[in-house]
Amino acid sequence: MPKVTVDGIELEVPQGATVLQACELAGKEIPRFCYHERLSIAGNCRMCLVEVAPGPPKPQASCALPASEGQVIKTDSEMVKKAREGVMEFLLINHPLDCPICDQGGECDLQDQSMAYGRGASRFHEAKRAVTEKYMGPLIKTTMTRCIQCTRCVRFSEEVAGVDEIGALYRGENMQITTYLEQAAKHELSANVIDLCPVGALTSGPYAFEARPWELKKTLSIDVSDALGSNIRLDSRGREVLRILPRFNDDVNEEWLSDKGRYMVDGLTRRRLDRPWIRRDGKLEAATWGEAFAAVAKINPGKSVAVIAGDLVDCETMFAAKTLAGALGSTLIEGRQTGLDYDCSNLAAVNFNSGLAGIEDADAVLVVGSHVRWEAAVLNPRLRKIAKRGGKVFLIGPEWETTYPATFLGTDLGVLNKLPKHVADAFAKAERPALIIGGAGLGKGALGACLAFADQFKLVRDGWNGFNALHFSAARMGGLMLGYAQKGGIADLVAAKPKMVISLGADEADYAKFAGSMIVYIGHHGDKGAHAADVVLPAAAFSEKPGTYVNTEGRVQLADKAVFAPGDAREDWTILRAMADALGVSVGFDSYDQLRAMMAAEVPALGREGLADYGALPKAAKGAKASGEIATYPIKDFYLTNAIARASATMQRCSEELLHGVSFAEAAE
Amino acid sequence: MSLQDKDRIFTNLYGYQSWDLKAARQRGDWDDTKALMARGQDAIIEEIKASGLRGRGGAGFPTGLKWSFMPKESKDGRPSFLMINADESEPGSCKDREIIRHDPHKLIEGALVAGFAMRARAAYIYIRGEYIREAQVLEAAVQEAYDAGLIGKNACKSGYDFDVFVHRGAGAYICGEETAMIESLEGKKGQPRLKPPFPAGAGLYGCPTTVNNVESIAVAPTILRRGAAWFSSFGRENNKGTKLFQISGHVEKPCVVEEAMSIPFSELIEKHCGGISGGRDNLLAVIPGGSSVPLVPAAEIWDAPMDFDGLRAVGSGLGTAAVIVMDKSTDIVRAISRLSHFYMHESCGQCTPCREGTGWMYRVMERLRTGDAAVEEIDMLQQVTKQVEGHTICALGDAAAWPIQGLIKHFRPELERRIAEHGTMREAAE
Repeated sequence: MPKVTVDGIELEVPQGATVLQACELAGKEIPRFCYHERLSIAGNCRMCLVEVAPGPPKPQASCALPASEGQVIKTDSEMVKKAREGVMEFLLINHPLDCPICDQGGECDLQDQSMAYGRGASRFHEAKRAVTEKYMGPLIKTTMTRCIQCTRCVRFSEEVAGVDEIGALYRGENMQITTYLEQAAKHELSANVIDLCPVGALTSGPYAFEARPWELKKTLSIDVSDALGSNIRLDSRGREVLRILPRFNDDVNEEWLSDKGRYMVDGLTRRRLDRPWIRRDGKLEAATWGEAFAAVAKINPGKSVAVIAGDLVDCETMFAAKTLAGALGSTLIEGRQTGLDYDCSNLAAVNFNSGLAGIEDADAVLVVGSHVRWEAAVLNPRLRKIAKRGGKVFLIGPEWETTYPATFLGTDLGVLNKLPKHVADAFAKAERPALIIGGAGLGKGALGACLAFADQFKLVRDGWNGFNALHFSAARMGGLMLGYAQKGGIADLVAAKPKMVISLGADEADYAKFAGSMIVYIGHHGDKGAHAADVVLPAAAFSEKPGTYVNTEGRVQLADKAVFAPGDAREDWTILRAMADALGVSVGFDSYDQLRAMMAAEVPALGREGLADYGALPKAAKGAKASGEIATYPIKDFYLTNAIARASATMQRCSEELLHGVSFAEAAE
Repeated sequence: MSLQDKDRIFTNLYGYQSWDLKAARQRGDWDDTKALMARGQDAIIEEIKASGLRGRGGAGFPTGLKWSFMPKESKDGRPSFLMINADESEPGSCKDREIIRHDPHKLIEGALVAGFAMRARAAYIYIRGEYIREAQVLEAAVQEAYDAGLIGKNACKSGYDFDVFVHRGAGAYICGEETAMIESLEGKKGQPRLKPPFPAGAGLYGCPTTVNNVESIAVAPTILRRGAAWFSSFGRENNKGTKLFQISGHVEKPCVVEEAMSIPFSELIEKHCGGISGGRDNLLAVIPGGSSVPLVPAAEIWDAPMDFDGLRAVGSGLGTAAVIVMDKSTDIVRAISRLSHFYMHESCGQCTPCREGTGWMYRVMERLRTGDAAVEEIDMLQQVTKQVEGHTICALGDAAAWPIQGLIKHFRPELERRIAEHGTMREAAE
């Protein structure tokens, strides 16, 4: 632990820390542009210069200099002040200073730091450089004249995303950042470069000229576009959520967010259900809440009720629906809409046990039937870290483009029963072996064989549990904890032929099988579920209600309400509460707090934020074998996996342009 | 007392003889190299250290000391490499070209001896892209050496395996910076790396690497043959040995010549170049070490000893000993402005001060050339050069700043005269 002195403050810093980190530990702010904690050190902006003794008599880039014993660091000397002013002046001479028309204004590192460290006036009287526009796809808007060549975006693409999409052309003052052949950035995390860009060179395309940051109300929330529970911030103005940004959480999403989680936001204002609808003579007709509840009361199902939970719903909604069904005398509740029927008697077997952050420690990973980039885009960089450190990654299933060296073992699940020698050897040697079973693996009934694999290679050992199930529905783990799992899956519901099916935003289910049932759809988008419904009760999207979500590693997280639901739409739990009155039963809660308290009483883990404890991994059943072939993955189109995304014009365009190769002509200027 | 023919290392500098192996052997190259190597690695390094040889690429770092930084044994199985910098792109500099053209075997033998001393597995010679004929000669010479068993497996029957590869650059000045050269050789964009880690710890392909100039390597075998005492008998203390000087510009006979270090400028010019064109009184200024060093006015340079310390004393540097002589017909402002353009063009664009500053400096220089500027802008330009100097990743920023600093230091009256003559005395920029 080297001891250094920063501006007269003596302190010990961890081994391997840089001078910049030492200064931060001492509470000194060091301005920077190129340096980023999660990227490699480039040292090219030269803004973080400090004076270091012993050393050459010139300022040193603190981001790249290791802190060593006895260093005396000055961050407030005349030399440092001059150096910062100089670098800032250089950064600004070719910067357009078009802050009034720049979307980065108000949250721009260059703006902030030039206020703090700049000279105040320009001495540059030559012509400024301009750079031709670059096309980076439907999400990233470029104004490359503003670029300060910090190369954060280049390093993100190379190092985190693992795709060589962005790079620098030319040299000297002609250096330009661009995508390869000016094609769109295609990977699922592409929009994170917008957050990384310290200036307004890369800004958000769909959000262009929408709002200034100081106009926005910021609400902490949880991403529902996949099961990772990425921590997000909803920025809203008035009744509209204008953008979604990731929050820091090292345990979950580091600071990244998938493009879908970020840009399905415009789907929140399109195709919304803003009033109740009732089917009359085969057609849905607008109705009032009174008429809708009367229609529900008329169904009068008795105990012949089933509940199907959708992928986006919060635990409170599911619990309220479960309570309502229970009050009517039914336990027919299910969340796995597409027919999955894996065994949920022990949730440890369907949980991501090593944790999203913990998986990075694995040195051999077998992925069974998961298109990780599409099912958990933010998890993929963590697998990449494993591969970069020399860990082995094997996959079973149709090939997809991994962003790291990985070996596909074919599509036949039988390979699990008899692994090729080099795979078996890798796992036998591994100190922290791990397995990830994804949607396609669960769908093909490979869970048992995976548990056998866990036994065989001791995936559970001292301080390590390498058995992981990777879901991709935000509601999945919460639903399983609340008992939304029948032994035979949704087929049990079909077999029971219920008089009434309550659909909680379930848009992926096959309603043709419930032809004899009255379907009451409680949801927020006019998607497949609403089309099949007999009564549509407009509810709130995830941004319009507080809620509890459990991610695929069993992490219980709370989301806040950012805006009100549109029109006559109401928060889901109030609808279910009113339905109880309409059906003449009591559910025992009259307020949201009561509902939450009841839920916590029944499932205590849902009352506490943090990782739920599911106990030990069960032993595999004797003779568990896997068979069958994984022909496809459940997600067919990354950008259109849920009702909000399908309603989003941005996601539709991404799907058409990035996945289906439709080219969008640029508007003539 | 200038250098006698018997003490010249580069005996075929002018190409009067063939460059090939047979002729090289007659000149004494490859003469019992096995015996040189048999002295042992540490002995070779000690000999080079004792000779006082300082790097001939410009910075003047003691060569023997540099070699001694290389690991004595590989603890993790990584090999070591020698890289030879033949990316000679400094304006005014043309010594490596002459060596490779006419005496390539000196370089190849030096590569073997130096590579052996630093326990390198192979040498990579990174040759400037524009040196097309020279690269052909070098490649042919390397092939000759392979065919004769001088390099390759069991090089010179010494039992040491050593390969020499020739790699052609694409003509970027910045690739002459050692870490940018490593990047370029690895197939990446030629941009200098951050140091630390230094190449001796993690260089080419992450392996310990030493980067040396062509001349530093090519003189090594002769030093070993004739002894450190012989080599250090030339030049002043701390500036030992012989050196290739490249004199260009306004002299009667521009030339490349091997001379003893510390030879006075006047002697170098009078003896080898036939004097300044128009006589001594016609001398305006000299850039004594390639475009990267500040110019020295006539009065100060005349008696200065041409070595590292002597030129530092007059505010400049030896650099590569590319002496650019300018007589009074020179538009000195335009000359320096042209150099500024060169640095703007060759800046890699990686770090801010150099990327932005070189263009700014050039544009102000162009206005100063015509006088279309305010007097205050001279001071501003001086400040801008100071903002670039010492703030960059590599030394290109310094190299861009120094010529301008030299101009302002010595020719400020000329700059002010042009501004005054231009007539439109502009108000100071607020």
